[in-house]
Amino acid sequence: MEVEQAEPAQVSEGEAGTEAILLREVTRRYGEREALHAVSTSLEAGRTLAVFGPNGAGKTTLLRMLATLLVPHAGTLRVLGSDLPRESHRVRPLVGFLSHDPLLYRDLSGRENLAFYAQLYEVADAAARIAHLLEATGMTRRADEPIRNLSRGMAQRLAVCRAVLHRPRLLLLDEPRAHLDPEAASAVDGLIGPGSDATRVLVTHDVEHGLAEADRVLALRAGHVAADAPAAHVSAADIRGVYGGAVA
Amino acid sequence: MRPVGAILRKDLLVELRTKESVPSMAIFAVTTFVIFHFGLDRDRLEGELAAGVLWVTILFAAILGINRIFVAEREQGGFDGILMAPIERTSLLIAKAGALFTYLLALELVALPVFALFFLSDGFWEALPRLLVVAVLADLGLATVGALLASIAVHTRARDLLLPLLLLPLTLPVMIGAAAATKPLLSIPLETSGVGKWLAVLALYDLIFGLLAYAVFDFLMED
Repeated sequence: MEVEQAEPAQVSEGEAGTEAILLREVTRRYGEREALHAVSTSLEAGRTLAVFGPNGAGKTTLLRMLATLLVPHAGTLRVLGSDLPRESHRVRPLVGFLSHDPLLYRDLSGRENLAFYAQLYEVADAAARIAHLLEATGMTRRADEPIRNLSRGMAQRLAVCRAVLHRPRLLLLDEPRAHLDPEAASAVDGLIGPGSDATRVLVTHDVEHGLAEADRVLALRAGHVAADAPAAHVSAADIRGVYGGAVA
Repeated sequence: MRPVGAILRKDLLVELRTKESVPSMAIFAVTTFVIFHFGLDRDRLEGELAAGVLWVTILFAAILGINRIFVAEREQGGFDGILMAPIERTSLLIAKAGALFTYLLALELVALPVFALFFLSDGFWEALPRLLVVAVLADLGLATVGALLASIAVHTRARDLLLPLLLLPLTLPVMIGAAAATKPLLSIPLETSGVGKWLAVLALYDLIFGLLAYAVFDFLMED
């Protein structure tokens, strides 16, 4: 395997405040099993971290910790200048999470779902913001249908709307283009793509696409860091080596 | 209070669309009254037997709604969406308890007249205002404890088994208080002595378990 040697983030205390994301020796367990073991990395504000790894490598666990849904069992986790989990309340308004599940209620329409989340996030001028996002994702015409009547791709477009509704500074994206056709993928790109201005953590198995968008790459295998380096120093072949047929 | 209103409105809207909980609770209660009617082979009940039949039926019907109160969050991913939102997590508890309270009131809107039809000869309308006060206080306790326990049970695979096992012992004081307060109201002739004392017991239960639920809910929602 020709992956660049893992280089745990060496960030001094003084620099730590300028990092959008800082993980230092972060460990997370589920019972006896370690999902993440001493993971360290960092990411500057406005940059994109692409996270690769085979199934069970700990990618989703990492995203859920950054989203304040899981707490680390050891190590330091700092997001947008706040320590997690102690200052989760400061981070939550600033994070948008696009997960495997669209986090939308099937019996409500897309517009009702977005209005619900807009109330939770106290989004100013919510109706106009929702209308803008529906238009941007091409969902205006189907916005008043219950989610259960929509295809998975349409639900994914609405999930993108939900994730960016409150204009988050940090986007956590778990296979954001899953279920999207090329046209839809292009439509959501302006909201969650490199031009979105947000700091992004992108979990994907699409190696070429992920590398093209990334400023930094973190590769995980069985919860351990297999590679942590600037994207320019990592090739697609390196990343494929991380997959290597071994599933944790 | 804004998040409480948003979650409560969402829950009531989903229930209005799906009709998953309240109709099931109402049908269960009516069916149980029919079974009691024929099982006891009595056209008329009064006093403690009437109160017991009424409140046991309402408690068991309530379990159906309590079991499902967090299901939409669990099955449709709403838990993550709400837990990530910048709101007090107790907003979720208050909203869920509010939704359950509404379900219970809707249940009683059906169950009380049917109960009167099956088991009471007269005096129902005279007893109704005080009966409603008992119902509101009992519903508050059931809704609060129900929402708290449902939030625990929903994370387990044996949700349907675990919830009644936790709920029944903890709501025993509600049942004792509600039945004792209802007994004189369903006696012939109607009595009112002793009702106040049991209403106070119910109110105290609501207060204690309301504060307890408020205190521990944040901890229960932690990873």
